[in-house]
Amino acid sequence: MQKSKWPAHGTQKGYFSGPMSPVPSRNQCRGKAQSFEAILAKVQVRFPTAQAGSAPNGARWIAVQPLDMLEVARFLKSDPELSFDTLCCLTGVDLLKYPTEDKDAAPCTDLACVYDLASSVHGHELCLKSSTSRALPEIPSVESVWGVASFFEREAFDLLGVSFPGHHDLRRLLMPPDWIGHPLRKDYLYPESYGGVELKREGQTFESGPYK
Amino acid sequence: MNIEREGDFITLSMGPHHPATHGVLRLEVTTDGEVIAACKPDIGYLHRAIEKIGENLEWFQFVPYTDRVDYVCSMNSNHAWVLAVESLLSTSEETRLRIPERAEYIRVLFAELNRISSHMVGLGSMTMDMGAFTPFVHALGQREHINDIFERTCGARLTYNYMCVGGVNRDLHPGAEAEIRTFLDGLEAAMKDFNRLISTNNIFKGRLAGVAAISAEDAISYGLVGPNLRGSGVDFDLRRDRPYGVYDRIQFDVPVGRCYAGAKGRLGDSYDRFVVRLLEVLESIRICRQALDQMPPSSGKEDDPVGGWCVSKAAQKALRKPPVGEVYFRCENPRGETGYRIVSDGTKFPYRIKIRTGSFTALSIFEKVVPGLMIADVVTLIGSFDIVLPEVDR
Repeated sequence: MQKSKWPAHGTQKGYFSGPMSPVPSRNQCRGKAQSFEAILAKVQVRFPTAQAGSAPNGARWIAVQPLDMLEVARFLKSDPELSFDTLCCLTGVDLLKYPTEDKDAAPCTDLACVYDLASSVHGHELCLKSSTSRALPEIPSVESVWGVASFFEREAFDLLGVSFPGHHDLRRLLMPPDWIGHPLRKDYLYPESYGGVELKREGQTFESGPYK
Repeated sequence: MNIEREGDFITLSMGPHHPATHGVLRLEVTTDGEVIAACKPDIGYLHRAIEKIGENLEWFQFVPYTDRVDYVCSMNSNHAWVLAVESLLSTSEETRLRIPERAEYIRVLFAELNRISSHMVGLGSMTMDMGAFTPFVHALGQREHINDIFERTCGARLTYNYMCVGGVNRDLHPGAEAEIRTFLDGLEAAMKDFNRLISTNNIFKGRLAGVAAISAEDAISYGLVGPNLRGSGVDFDLRRDRPYGVYDRIQFDVPVGRCYAGAKGRLGDSYDRFVVRLLEVLESIRICRQALDQMPPSSGKEDDPVGGWCVSKAAQKALRKPPVGEVYFRCENPRGETGYRIVSDGTKFPYRIKIRTGSFTALSIFEKVVPGLMIADVVTLIGSFDIVLPEVDR
């Protein structure tokens, strides 16, 4: 491996001088990253209903009861050894057509919310899941813990119809306000027209994907 | 503009077709005279349902759609998607792909070139928002060279569809390495001019210094990422702290906001975000040169593990039956962390794709930061966030 023969830009004359010269930086993670097991143990002491879950590809997460969500979020952020201060992503997933491990079991009809958390202090990451019933999909809002959740929750409400009690302004975000239905649900039927404009072409069906 | 009057407050609709909103963004601002009392961003004008479309496409067919998620840095969006799919495949021994080393370097090189071109658009359009047109033209002139390089390699100037699962679509065009080196030398000189022309300009500095300062706590809580987060003084870069590709073999610094405007400024103000972007261009130049230095020569064979550029047949075979499971992959784009959460149910179609983009989360802080600013400062704020609207709406 060759070493670059080019000097760092700060060392060149005439570049950014004085207060604008950059200083070499390093990762500011001051803390100690915890393993998944350690995080799980800490969460289970406070919330005994929390369970570990895993996917066949090795992804692991902690599943919590929807009613506990806000408390869990507060705990994860405020505990000094965890301090999950970043909500990277909030994904709503409709589990209606997801394959279950037991083939004879009734299909799961839940709606799940997946919270991807990271800690800028310790540098560890965690995936948190909470699934709620299709009949009354409600998960307490976590926007008081992570401000960014306000947009993520509005998006999940818009596209999957999960309601977040406690959100200050739960409206549709991406779709028009008068749109009917939640497009990312697996049983969503495309509307035949919107605002007087025909959306379906002749012979076109939208019930499932084109090749499935 | 729609104007509603209620006592001393006026509700204005800023956008969706406003020259300073960088696309179709509508801000519903309630103003008291010149000072803003409340602001609600209204988005969705560019919603193309890319996540829904992706559920009906095969895995490798989704790459052109990632181009359209953020068309200013299509290479980076490609990179994030193929890395996410590869990390999904890598969990099973049968489907794991061995990416040729040369392909990894080409990816990093092109991602960095696209980062430069994206920052050029960001910096240039920001100066234009502030009323200076000349730097914009110079910045886009540099971007034009990058587009030329990309065009000669992959045939497209804006939406490249260049990276694929397993590598890249084709090798660099003959003479590309010398061409890129010449360009980088020229760019360095041009950045010096750009810096002299605009970033030490007192009028420009006065518009930016101390405007819309965001504390590190707020920046983390509201999900600011990338240059916007680093502008607030948080030293975090996924390329260095969660290295992917070959970034762990490359040395570079991460510029962080340090109240560059001096006495008039505050940590995390618009000027800090501007300077962080400027310095990032210079770091990208360093990364490009190291990638060129370290890149193994082409062997001419497609699937050679060192000098090749693709393993497409193996990749297509693996993608026919990906493992059941899910993955969240974080990637550092010019506008910050782009994350793909992919859920696979083991069929040849993705079960759910969620695209998390930097501009989307940057808009969520508007309700908090904008109240108290002047109307002209909102223009500064949008410019300093470098928002790209198709990325917001997806």
